Amino acid sequence: MTLTDLANPTKFLALTARILPWLAGVTAVLLAIGLYQSAMAPDDYQQGATVKIMFIHVPNAWLSMFVWGVMSVAALGTLVWRHPLADVAAKAAAPIGAAFTFLALVTGSLWGRPMWGTYWEWDARLTSVLILFLMYLGLMALWRAVEDPSRAARAAAVLTLVGAINIPIIKFSVDWWNTLHQPASVLRVGGSTLDKAFLWPLLVMAIAFSLLFITLHLAAMRNEILRRRVRSLQMMQANRIAFSSEVGTGSREENASKPIGAA
Amino acid sequence: MSLGPYASFIVTSYALVAAVVLLLIVWIIADYRRQQARLKEIEASGITRRSGRSAADIR
Repeated sequence: MTLTDLANPTKFLALTARILPWLAGVTAVLLAIGLYQSAMAPDDYQQGATVKIMFIHVPNAWLSMFVWGVMSVAALGTLVWRHPLADVAAKAAAPIGAAFTFLALVTGSLWGRPMWGTYWEWDARLTSVLILFLMYLGLMALWRAVEDPSRAARAAAVLTLVGAINIPIIKFSVDWWNTLHQPASVLRVGGSTLDKAFLWPLLVMAIAFSLLFITLHLAAMRNEILRRRVRSLQMMQANRIAFSSEVGTGSREENASKPIGAA
Repeated sequence: MSLGPYASFIVTSYALVAAVVLLLIVWIIADYRRQQARLKEIEASGITRRSGRSAADIR
């Protein structure tokens, strides 16, 4: 099976039906390993046990940006290549990305209260992630508001690409501005500053959450393909009803124009 | 394993993540079942795809 075969929704459904159970299984195993490692990780010399929040906060924060990246590639697929599954991929990813962004915000807030002394601060990192969350909600609302899927797809794709400007702003906000949020400590020039006792559980959790996203995204894409099939069949049904009532009206009018007794 | 004086923040964080992830999984499974049921309902009324294949058959 080549990549172009995946442009065919029927082939995509067949392929994902085979790989989804495996993906779900590997995700569950990795999540279990990651959670065990997180529980067993030592306390930080400054943060104490609250460092454990990092193992769920950071993967969610990474995914909040990664999912928008996936949606941006899909937006290009919609606008440039008109790939039949591009809009399906973007639309299916949005609620999952919104959920990860929500979790990044809330777990960050719960981590911030004991460490910073506040749940929220209007600094560049926190505010730009909040904007990302609002953009996810806006996109989801746009898809629901426009009835015609192809028009909604183009509008959403443009909005997604415009919103992609926020991703580097989020990433570099801690370098460009003086923020309460700490600078990057894993993905940085010169290597990670995290001790291996924290780095390994974090990486395992990051891979597990990434696999979780892929699994949920493929499943949500299948649902979106089925939803579009429902819509096209409903339109066929409506056309058939309209056609049969037109034929019925036409034959009645024909009969009415004939002299009595001729029908 | 002792979670120290901020145990409630740690436990709330993990519980919230578990709840939202479970909610996502349940929502996606429920959505799949809903779409399958709607497809079968429409096909039972005699409307089929131009290819003649069942829309609900996705294997």
